[in-house]
Amino acid sequence: MRRSRRILEPEKDMQACGLFGVMDRSGRRFDGNIAIDAMKNMKVRGNGLGGGFSVYGPYPHYKDQYAIHVMYEGGNTDAKNRVEDFLHKNFEVVNEEEVPTNSDANVINPPLVWRYFVNPEKKGEEKKISDDDYVVAKVMDINTKIDDAFVFSSGKDMAVFKGVGFPEDIAEFFMLDELYKGYIWTGHSRFPTNTPGWWGGAHPFCILDWTVVHNGEISSYGTNRRYLEMYGYYCTLFTDTEVIAYAVDLLMRRQKLPIEVVSRIFAPPMWYLIEHMDERRKQLYTTLRRVYGPLLVNGPFTFIVAHHGEMFGLTDRIRLRPITAGEKADFIFMSSEEASIRAVSPDLDRIWTPHGGEPIIGRLWEDEKKKKKEQLILEQTFR
Amino acid sequence: MFMMSYQLPEFVIERREDKCIKCRVCERQCAFEGHEYDEEFDRMFSYEDKCVGCQRCVVFCPTNALIIKPHPGDYRPNANWTREKLQDLKKQAETGGVILTGSGNDKGYRIYWDHLVLNASQVTNPSIDPLREPMELRTFLGRKPDSLQLEIDGDDVQITTELTPNVAIETPIVFTAMSYGAISYQAFKSLAMAASEFGTLFNTGEGGLPTELRKYGKNAIVQCASGRFGVDPEYLNCSAAVEIKIGQGAKPGIGGHLPGEKVSVWISETRMIPEGTDALSPAPQHDIYSIEDLSMLIYALKEATNYEKPVSVKIAAVHNAPAIASGMVRAGADIIALDGLRGGTGAAPKIIRDNVGIPIEMALASVDRRLREEGIRNKASILVAGGFRNSGDVLKAIALGADAVYIGSPALIAMGCTMCQKCYTGKCNWGICTQDPYLTKRLNPEIASQRLVNLLRGWSHEIKEMLGGMGINAIESVRGNRDHLRGVGLEDWELDVLGVKGAGEV
Amino acid sequence: MVSTSGAIKDMFLGEVRKIDELFRFIKIDGELAEIDATELKHKELNDLMRECIFKGAEKFVLKNVYGHRYIGTRLNISNPKRVQIDIYGTAGNDLGAFLNGHKIVVHGNAQDGVGNTMDDGEIIIEGRAGDVVAMSMRGGKIFIRDNVGYRTAIHMKEFENKVPVLVVGGTAQDFFGEYMAGGRVILLGLNLKENEAHKAHYIGTGMHGGIIYIRGKVEDYQLGREVGVLEPEKEDWKLIEENVRRFSDCFGFNSDDILSDKFIKLIPVSRRPYGKIYAY
Repeated sequence: MRRSRRILEPEKDMQACGLFGVMDRSGRRFDGNIAIDAMKNMKVRGNGLGGGFSVYGPYPHYKDQYAIHVMYEGGNTDAKNRVEDFLHKNFEVVNEEEVPTNSDANVINPPLVWRYFVNPEKKGEEKKISDDDYVVAKVMDINTKIDDAFVFSSGKDMAVFKGVGFPEDIAEFFMLDELYKGYIWTGHSRFPTNTPGWWGGAHPFCILDWTVVHNGEISSYGTNRRYLEMYGYYCTLFTDTEVIAYAVDLLMRRQKLPIEVVSRIFAPPMWYLIEHMDERRKQLYTTLRRVYGPLLVNGPFTFIVAHHGEMFGLTDRIRLRPITAGEKADFIFMSSEEASIRAVSPDLDRIWTPHGGEPIIGRLWEDEKKKKKEQLILEQTFR
Repeated sequence: MFMMSYQLPEFVIERREDKCIKCRVCERQCAFEGHEYDEEFDRMFSYEDKCVGCQRCVVFCPTNALIIKPHPGDYRPNANWTREKLQDLKKQAETGGVILTGSGNDKGYRIYWDHLVLNASQVTNPSIDPLREPMELRTFLGRKPDSLQLEIDGDDVQITTELTPNVAIETPIVFTAMSYGAISYQAFKSLAMAASEFGTLFNTGEGGLPTELRKYGKNAIVQCASGRFGVDPEYLNCSAAVEIKIGQGAKPGIGGHLPGEKVSVWISETRMIPEGTDALSPAPQHDIYSIEDLSMLIYALKEATNYEKPVSVKIAAVHNAPAIASGMVRAGADIIALDGLRGGTGAAPKIIRDNVGIPIEMALASVDRRLREEGIRNKASILVAGGFRNSGDVLKAIALGADAVYIGSPALIAMGCTMCQKCYTGKCNWGICTQDPYLTKRLNPEIASQRLVNLLRGWSHEIKEMLGGMGINAIESVRGNRDHLRGVGLEDWELDVLGVKGAGEV
Repeated sequence: MVSTSGAIKDMFLGEVRKIDELFRFIKIDGELAEIDATELKHKELNDLMRECIFKGAEKFVLKNVYGHRYIGTRLNISNPKRVQIDIYGTAGNDLGAFLNGHKIVVHGNAQDGVGNTMDDGEIIIEGRAGDVVAMSMRGGKIFIRDNVGYRTAIHMKEFENKVPVLVVGGTAQDFFGEYMAGGRVILLGLNLKENEAHKAHYIGTGMHGGIIYIRGKVEDYQLGREVGVLEPEKEDWKLIEENVRRFSDCFGFNSDDILSDKFIKLIPVSRRPYGKIYAY
């Protein structure tokens, strides 16, 4: 007997995982093997229900176009037609192609995957908003209005590749070892506690060129989500990761705060440590907590966030989830386990594990050099 | 400064002087010092403020001179401010403490077992008489493969599928986790003896298994909990199964403090902590902060037992139990143990016991459904705990989807417990929840284990009678068979969650 | 017979090879078994080691270890020979979990969960280790040359003569000695700069047994509420000296230099830290 059910909000997605990130701070591009091998080393941290990678710098020929990557569930051509109509109506489509895949890869129910390199064509009122915000709005339109179509990557000269399988399977499916080069790669192996099966649900999560890979469960999800709603972010995927991506977008892209400050918002020092600071810092940290309390990310987490020029890793303030960092010349690595870094770079110059709430930061050397003095002081104060 | 207590006594002690022979049995039986003989007056005095209503003195009074009953004195009737709420509040005003309690949630949350009824055969198929025809209750706990591969090797048929370890029990009733420390050595041993005699399991809880009791290991589920008390390689390997305790229905999300007065020299030896210290069980397992960490401990235990034991993971029934359970199965758990809102405890903050968690009926129904939807129900057995009172509750749970049921309070009651909820004081007059040698020697394991075996026999027989009535002669045919359940007096959403029809719906 | 593929991909047991297929990864030289772990999964390595013990191996050299978990755990065989395991590479999580009496030397770093619920034996790490080192350790000794992460020696235990010992050469992160119920922990701070304090906060929070000895600066507010600070006495110095000498032998430090410095001794102020929070 079927009874009418009340409409309930979907259950929050909970998961845990293995994470990895690597960056060549000189900006040199390299293929996907380092990230793939590192993820392979941490196979036991996932359970084959999701894996993915992000890469920065794969499309030098289309550097200035937004690279819109779309999954069509079940190869739905009707959805594809609708998306393409929509794109042509709102953008100048410079190039469009099917994303090459390897049909021998060990993956489950792969969708049809296409990518479109586009320039915004804003009309009327739309001209008042930035290109970035325009793209975000259009991506949201596709994702909420066209069934069986999902934009999973939308930044310039970067891409996310993800799906259902172990990360090595996903890499094989998208042939990441051969086809792409980038100066940042992040990887994610998923261990969800809910229903498997949706390719879009894998990590990394992407908004513009920001990507997030995440491990843990955010106990403050409800608080963080409702705060972000006030700023126009609506969590539609019901994942912890989405909350982090939006919070990063709000604080870093829109409010222009550096990660040194943002990490103290997400994972502030305990009051008792603040009480032992000098007066100036005590006041800064106290104010930060007072203002941004709803964005304190509570519960166990590690995440690695990347965008062009920068990659950073952060854990919760009592370090309930692991992260380890390594350096070798221009390379910086961050991972859930030291072993996976060693597996791809045995002779490290340095390996360390920061305190909970202390970010690991990788930035392009050239960007570091261009920094203004104010920026450096701000970063230093909160480091 | 002396602060007078404003508490009302909870019980009235009525002594019928014409029957009392001043034999002082009541005085000796009461560890709470509720009775006292006064030589000067040559009479017995009673202290009602000390009485916990455990009825020990009443049962042992040779002339039936005593009556203990709830104190009728009360404050002005108030639906909001009940006597209990006022009493608790006054106690906190006097101590500034967290109010402790024992045993299970006694609040009036709906007990779904009382709103579910079982089916029986009439006309269209015959009922079976279990007294004369076979009626099978044997149950296997552990992971099952999706299929069996058979290979013909000459004249011989070989099973080539790699099988994971299972444990067989002769009745779907298992004694739940009660540690040596929370309960007395005698009570603990009685459970072990009864489980061994009846062919079922007892659960060591998290206090370890004293060396001389390891001969009962093959009937033991040994726990590996956050305190890791008594967890050594031999402990793990002498067992029938290993259980990782994440949570407990009476106190989801918090740890435990076995009070120092219960940590005797023997407990100290088994737990490896100093005598007289509080045995602290941390709230989380500090090597498990996430689902992949759970997986790490599950496989650590499988490694430590050479992949020869099923590994159970026990959680308190909480809001998102289905998703958690799915993750547990995927993390390698062979048995999922769920402990519901009414699950018992030796000691828990009352505010937690009475307000955190969900009823076991709802948790069981939703977990079983989720695992079936994901096609992984056969990857793990489900053991449920928390408030089972009779064999009817047990069979209803199995029909909802459980493989077997954990019982705690029924076993204690069989040994003498009267649910006075004072387990945390360590003064149990029945010798069960105490480490005071004067009290524990009251419990004779030979007798107590017989009481437990009788309980198992009675319930098992009743289950067979009910199964026979349904025309079913093997317990596996009723497992998850919700067609044999109907709801009475339930809302639509409750029927939906339980996955059963209302009575009269066909 | 048709087999349906399971809905679960098993990351531990999936594609684990039978023991016969694994012997090619071993070189046996008398009682020494050398195993190249490069292509071995966690369980395969441990399967192989167990098999080797039954075949008489007494010393293992494991090459190319990159995160293999539970090394030593499966060797808790009744009446085992005590073997030595030399690990080259980075040992994986739960190194020596439930270990009962073997000796493990890591020529490199280790990760989280070293000596988890370890019962007996010795673990020597020529490098650093991760979080929850020596959790619920019951016996044996662990020596770590460099730093350790969060929650070291959490809920370590002891009974009578069975007293576990952990010596850490570097510094530690937060919650060092949390919930300690027994055992001896020595934190040396050898890599701290002049006048630099140890990194850990909440040292000994919830401690109710055992002793922590610390060399190097610690501010009062870094200590948990449940610990008291004392000067080491004669008995303490005996224990510190014995273990610092062993530590120095392992890693080539000068023990006299280390021992000439000041140590503080932390003990629990109450055996019942939470006895007063309840209303009976």
